[in-house]
Amino acid sequence: MGHRLSELCGHGPSLETDIALTNISLDLFGQVRSYFQYAAKIKGEEATEDRIAFLRTDRDYRHTWLVERPNTDFAHVIVRQFFFDAFHLPLLEQLEKSKDETIAAIAAKSIKESRYHLRFSSAWVKRLGDGTEESHQRMQTAVNELHPFTHELFENTETEKEMAENGIGANLEIIKPVYNQTLLTVLEEATLKIPDVPARKTDGKKGIHAEQLGFILAELQYMQRTYPDLTW
Amino acid sequence: MVAADLQDLPSEVADALMKITDPEIPVLSVMDMGVVREVQLSGEKILVKLTPTYSGCPAMDTMAADIKMALDKLGYETRVELVLAPAWTTDWITAEGRAALEKYGIAAPLGSEADKLALIDGKRIVKCTNCGSTDTRMVSQFGSTACKALFQCRECLEPFDYFKCLK
Repeated sequence: MGHRLSELCGHGPSLETDIALTNISLDLFGQVRSYFQYAAKIKGEEATEDRIAFLRTDRDYRHTWLVERPNTDFAHVIVRQFFFDAFHLPLLEQLEKSKDETIAAIAAKSIKESRYHLRFSSAWVKRLGDGTEESHQRMQTAVNELHPFTHELFENTETEKEMAENGIGANLEIIKPVYNQTLLTVLEEATLKIPDVPARKTDGKKGIHAEQLGFILAELQYMQRTYPDLTW
Repeated sequence: MVAADLQDLPSEVADALMKITDPEIPVLSVMDMGVVREVQLSGEKILVKLTPTYSGCPAMDTMAADIKMALDKLGYETRVELVLAPAWTTDWITAEGRAALEKYGIAAPLGSEADKLALIDGKRIVKCTNCGSTDTRMVSQFGSTACKALFQCRECLEPFDYFKCLK
């Protein structure tokens, strides 16, 4: 998600939205950096945050398809952001209560940033959804195309179940009603409808991705793969 | 605790820390910003605990490097450690820091309630740093850095940054 947003640097539809989206990108990179640093510490041996980010192959990336969907147009960027933020905020509220102190600390820090993100994306969903005929049309198209990818957010993998049972991870069942309520309230005000289409069957959390991820990783990992262990 | 207590430290250490600033806001020292949480001194070794303002703030690495360089120069063996909890809040910016921000042209953060009124409800309460008028409007919730929003004064037309409240 952070990488997708960074692609918009210098390409946003206006200076303000360009800066906003790259600011959000930076927050997400900062947050994931904290998780990667912690993961590297747990893994020990030669693991570093850079190796985790730059040397993992696509199958080792465990994320939903939603966050790697392309920046088709500004409507897609905003709708993808909104779906993600509506999920991310209640997720962090759960993780803040994690029994793992580091995860709880990262979540507590990230919540403050995520609130700003959700405010931003909700405001744009309303403005464009309830805007002109053209903007409404584009927003509804984006909602129709992206909503089927949101079901994966709530699919529990074995790891997630185990993490939740042990009080480390988040319980997706608690997040779901909060997420649904946010969608309902904001989309209604934006005069947008949730499409009645079946969920896309995706296995991003198990490492099976769309072809888009390959292109993202090619750009993201180019430097480390060309010049191994390069540092600033 | 607003920031680490420098009283028990040698004055050269306290002075050095007071001189290190955020590279994006050169008038605000790391102490006035409240990001230095703890300083432990034992013999020649010194440990500085630093907390980030925003997770992705690129200035943190620079500040950590500046702290290390300044204290190493005084002959200490310096280690800077990043701590995440408790999470930083704009309440930790000192009164001196707030005054320095205003003077520099960045409106200091309001309380969290007032901040919401300004950023979400569009209430005109953020004071222009140029002419002092509160007849201002938000141009963008995200400004030149992660911690700021962009405003413009409707009275004197001057654009200025507002340091967003973070709690």
